[in-house]
Amino acid sequence: MTNPFAEVLTEILIVGGMAIATFTIRYLMFGASSRITLPPRLLSALRYLPPVVLTAIVVPEVLLSDGTLQLSYLNARLVGAITAVIVCKLSQNLLLTILVGMAAFLGWQGLLTVVN
Amino acid sequence: MSQTPTRKEPENRLMGRSAEFWAGARDIFPLIVGAAPFGIIFGTLAIGSGLSASATLFMSALVFAGSSQFIAVGMVATHTGWLVIVLTTFVVNLRHLLYAVSLVPYIQALPQRWKVPLAFFLTDEAFAIAIRRYEASDCTPFKHWYYLGGAIAMYLNWQVFTLLGITAGALIPNAAEWGLDFAMSVTFIGMVIPYLKSRPMVVAVVTAGLVSIVANPLPHKLGLIVAAIAGIIAGVYTEPPLPNQRISQQRSVFHHD
Repeated sequence: MTNPFAEVLTEILIVGGMAIATFTIRYLMFGASSRITLPPRLLSALRYLPPVVLTAIVVPEVLLSDGTLQLSYLNARLVGAITAVIVCKLSQNLLLTILVGMAAFLGWQGLLTVVN
Repeated sequence: MSQTPTRKEPENRLMGRSAEFWAGARDIFPLIVGAAPFGIIFGTLAIGSGLSASATLFMSALVFAGSSQFIAVGMVATHTGWLVIVLTTFVVNLRHLLYAVSLVPYIQALPQRWKVPLAFFLTDEAFAIAIRRYEASDCTPFKHWYYLGGAIAMYLNWQVFTLLGITAGALIPNAAEWGLDFAMSVTFIGMVIPYLKSRPMVVAVVTAGLVSIVANPLPHKLGLIVAAIAGIIAGVYTEPPLPNQRISQQRSVFHHD
């Protein structure tokens, strides 16, 4: 695309469209909330939602690389993740978990690069 | 995270609006640390993809949804049409609908002028701290101020990190290849572990993890939704037949009706 006007227009459509799509999803239930009553069983089931969504985001990030399972010590993300689980269990401190988990990941990645 | 201070001093901790606001801003801090590299890499990748600096800043300011911003930038780089990008964003962000459903009982009494900003700021991170605050046993009427405080802190930092990625990111070669985005994964791990205190919760999380691998090839990150629903069903299915959820966290009490 060489036409600068068309380029700006495309960017406006992308950003504006994404903003509207995202806000619609986030606002839909809030906007209707005063008119709806959710069944207690559904609300009780939704207690599982936060940990379950976060797990479903993290597990593929840690274990998959280009769609294949990486279950070995060569996977620095796995080493970092296991470290994070242990640190979190022991310390119950989120910030410490992030810092030590990242340090383990970066350290292990560096080590693998040196060894190879 | 919040280290659940509410558990130690439950009934008598009645905080005012501003105390709730600042407590939210403080409690989301670790999550901001975890999101920082993500935001910086986003800024770097966006510029690399050919998106202009102003469009990148506007995307962070108006969309404010990290994973969909990442995916959008990847699609811009491959010259995908804008409508496909918008539709993909819609599907990728569907999990926010589930978050909103969980928050409905807590926010439904609020006026519109609250619902609009709280919805706009509804990210993974804001949801994580807000739902914990709402589920805490004390009944202060100002918990939405806690949600707002955390959400605004997250928002402002996301803008700063995007700007950093656009400017300083260009100075760091291959910033995206260092794997700094892994900070997001360790943050989420640190958020999941405290939940694993009951058998159904463990079953739910393990199921979601397994299904997320199997369902990963589904397009538009739909595997995420499938895994989440499978996890919830598995958790509900494992619950004891007479659940006294409120009480059973401390001690098991059996009622024979």
